[in-house]
Amino acid sequence: MNSIVDRSPAPPADAPATTSMELVCPAGSLPALKAAIDHGADCVYLGFRDATNARNFAGLNFDEAAINTGIRYAHDRGRKVFLALNTYPQAASPQVWRNAIDRAAQSGVDAVILADPGLMHYAVTHYPNLRLHLSVQGSATNYEAINFYHEHFGVARAVLPRVLSLTQVEQVVEKTPVEIEVFGFGSLCVMVEGRCALSSYVTGEAPNTNGVCSPPKAVRWQETPQGRESRLNGVLIDRYADGENAGYPTLCKGRFDVGDEKNYYAIEEPTSLNTLALLPQLMKMGVRAIKIEGRQRSPAYVAQVTKVWREAIDNCRDNPHRYSAKPVWMTDLDKVAEGQQHTLGAYHRPWK
Amino acid sequence: MKLALGPLLYYWQRDAVLSFYETIAATPVDIVYLGETVCSRRRELRLADWLGIAGRLREAGKEVVLSTQVLIESGSDVTLLHKIAGNGDFMVEANDMGAVHCLERKVPFVGGPHLNIYNAPTLQWMAGLGLKRWVMPLEMSGSDLALMQQSRPPGLETEVFAYGRMPLAFSARCFTARHRNLPKDDCQFSCLAHADGLMMCTRESEGFLVLNGTQTQSARVYNLLPELDAMRELGVDVVRLSPQAQHTPDIVKLFHSALTQQVSVIDAMQAMSGLMPDVACNGYWYGKPGLDQIPYVAGQATLAARGEPALSPTD
Repeated sequence: MNSIVDRSPAPPADAPATTSMELVCPAGSLPALKAAIDHGADCVYLGFRDATNARNFAGLNFDEAAINTGIRYAHDRGRKVFLALNTYPQAASPQVWRNAIDRAAQSGVDAVILADPGLMHYAVTHYPNLRLHLSVQGSATNYEAINFYHEHFGVARAVLPRVLSLTQVEQVVEKTPVEIEVFGFGSLCVMVEGRCALSSYVTGEAPNTNGVCSPPKAVRWQETPQGRESRLNGVLIDRYADGENAGYPTLCKGRFDVGDEKNYYAIEEPTSLNTLALLPQLMKMGVRAIKIEGRQRSPAYVAQVTKVWREAIDNCRDNPHRYSAKPVWMTDLDKVAEGQQHTLGAYHRPWK
Repeated sequence: MKLALGPLLYYWQRDAVLSFYETIAATPVDIVYLGETVCSRRRELRLADWLGIAGRLREAGKEVVLSTQVLIESGSDVTLLHKIAGNGDFMVEANDMGAVHCLERKVPFVGGPHLNIYNAPTLQWMAGLGLKRWVMPLEMSGSDLALMQQSRPPGLETEVFAYGRMPLAFSARCFTARHRNLPKDDCQFSCLAHADGLMMCTRESEGFLVLNGTQTQSARVYNLLPELDAMRELGVDVVRLSPQAQHTPDIVKLFHSALTQQVSVIDAMQAMSGLMPDVACNGYWYGKPGLDQIPYVAGQATLAARGEPALSPTD
């Protein structure tokens, strides 16, 4: 029943014969997919239009026709398409997720990104040639966990949660045969992905169960004498003074009171992760791919971020010793960053 | 149904921990989970100390399980994991898949509440690895649990987190150190000052979440005491209570009295109101936002857990 499989990851025939670092970009829609491909993404990742993926937002994601068009667009240009099926199948409807695996396998995607062992077992049993990636929602932060998925399901790549320092990433890379993909840019989860139920505590829906965090339907904006307030299912997340930029009320990025410390970002500021400065180290330690967050963002965002990262990766690969993150790249990225600011996140120890 | 005491989630002085478990030895709890599950910087007790407590609790007739850290980051975290997994004596609660990897097919193990076992195929697959008992995810509703129980492999025990502030999220960042503007590497063990964690309020002074170092908890206290009958009917084997700084033995006794029907649910809940660090919630059990509290009405809990419509008071 629990068969140990060790399948060498089979790259698609049209993939470039190179092991250089891949740039993996978000595609929340067909226009975003085309923007990513046109601006230099090696791979795009996308999801079906339902709760089987962790960006289950209205108006986002792909139906059957769009996915076929998208795959053709990418493959015609020698790029890859990954399909995120990275929420956890729920007790009442595991069949929905299994059907999604069937559809993914038949559509010709280059890999599926999964978090649930039961679903991986299904995929391996029914589609032994389907390449599996371990989603960040699988919360695998150490080589023992990653090798677990490799031994049982032949997982070819793992996306690391955004909690490890650079040294810790290197230790993982050294101790697993699984390719490692890390987040390079985008909105930052301060919590370990797959280990956060804050959103369901407040709204009833969360990433693991529904593929959403702080869902829009639970958001209310109110103008009050104290200022503009954002609420999530009634809970006050933030209050903005006149002239302050109001951000989306992701519940861990609001301002709260703790003891005598009033009105501060007790958990995390609205900010974006940006690891452009770390690119030479990530490349040297053998990180296989850089992931850009943002399937919920516009095609313009995808185009801008992809363009900068394409240039940075090429620049770093060609001249690793002379590489430095160009100020113009940082400026361009900050323009589209959450909170218009960036951080190195957990890669940089003082952040913790 | 058995009563279990979950791992101590807070950071207390060594003497406080030792005397806490002395007290626990005299309570009617059946199973005790031991060990540091939250932060590797908490070193008031080392593994040898935990094993010492484990031995004394076993002598007192308790089943002891060693719990592993939920978020494993460093090489030394992995080394400690190997030591716990290979202890050769006590059963281990795996709190991440790395721990499962170290235990599978070697010894029977418990799958902790953070393993994300949300569906029957995954539960069945995990059982094949040697999973002896699984702890339902906090987010899971009673009606989803009913579905899981229907296809549960024979011999596999089910445990439900039924009392305490819920460990909702884990991070690499320490929010308690952040509160004092300290980096985690120089946290000055700030958690020691907050025996029940550090309350985070909304700007309307409403208790919202509790900062417990790298862990974030619900401010409200999950309390499924009124659902004990429903859980029994669903074939739940173990009910987990989470330690708090004050009154834990009293909480254990109340659950025990309710389980053995020496006290009514209404009386037990009334007695408990003065023992909880905050107001109760039970939303997750009913498939609602976790912070909701669905009022208890005698005779209805079982129906709700089955996913059947509850009777209105006039029916």
